[in-house]
Amino acid sequence: MLLTAFWFFASLMVLFGLSVVLLRNPVSCAMSLVMCFISLAALFVTLDATFIGIIQVLVYAGAVMVLFLFIIMLLDLRTEKSRRLNFGATLGGTLVVAAFLSILVQVINADPALAKALPELPASQPSDVKLVGFTLFYSFGLPFEAVGVLLLSATVGVIVLSRKSLR
Amino acid sequence: MPTLANYLIASGLLFAIGLGGVMLRRSIIIIFMSLEMMLSAANLSLVAFSRYGLVSGHQNFDAQVLVFFIITVAAAEVAVGLAIIVSLYRARQTTHVEDLDTLKF
Repeated sequence: MLLTAFWFFASLMVLFGLSVVLLRNPVSCAMSLVMCFISLAALFVTLDATFIGIIQVLVYAGAVMVLFLFIIMLLDLRTEKSRRLNFGATLGGTLVVAAFLSILVQVINADPALAKALPELPASQPSDVKLVGFTLFYSFGLPFEAVGVLLLSATVGVIVLSRKSLR
Repeated sequence: MPTLANYLIASGLLFAIGLGGVMLRRSIIIIFMSLEMMLSAANLSLVAFSRYGLVSGHQNFDAQVLVFFIITVAAAEVAVGLAIIVSLYRARQTTHVEDLDTLKF
């Protein structure tokens, strides 16, 4: 059951990820990215990380992608004109990606510790929302406050950046 | 049951697709979307390690808290990045990286 869900959502994720890179219309790319993030959230749920999965759907597939679509429509980006591909860049990019993937597969196959099955969680464990919240406020209080400051400065920065005249 | 290696391969595939998008695409918006994809791939491997690496029978939630922070920072980064893209478009009327070569030697 879990295995079926994993293969289904993992292949969906890779398929939509490929269509982000291969499609030409920016709006279809953004919609494929939404579907990619939703399948990724489903993968988080198969790992018993319900909270992270919900946050992924709310923040990424919701807020961030709406921002992307808003900018695509604000700038009125049409389908890219198919320019001649830069041969060197294409060859280099493909080579780098292929080398990365082959090294990754070799490393993962070489380590027998990574082939272990899913360990059982203790039956008495409370829901992961409670435990993530406990960890967040118990051991990561200062980073939590720092992230609040970061969000505030990002907001101020965006407002300054998007004024008509930069001074 | 899927193994840890399955999840790591899935996350590596997503990262490689994002890397390919950054290197091959020429529209600055699509490059930015591919960057987001690479960030999410890192999140997937963090959550997988959190689920598979039990510490004396109990799950360690530090990795999930890290993913929470990554998602927050990524949201702030997207807001700033898109604002930069908008002001770039105002100045140059293009989002094509090959037209933006002022800094190129």
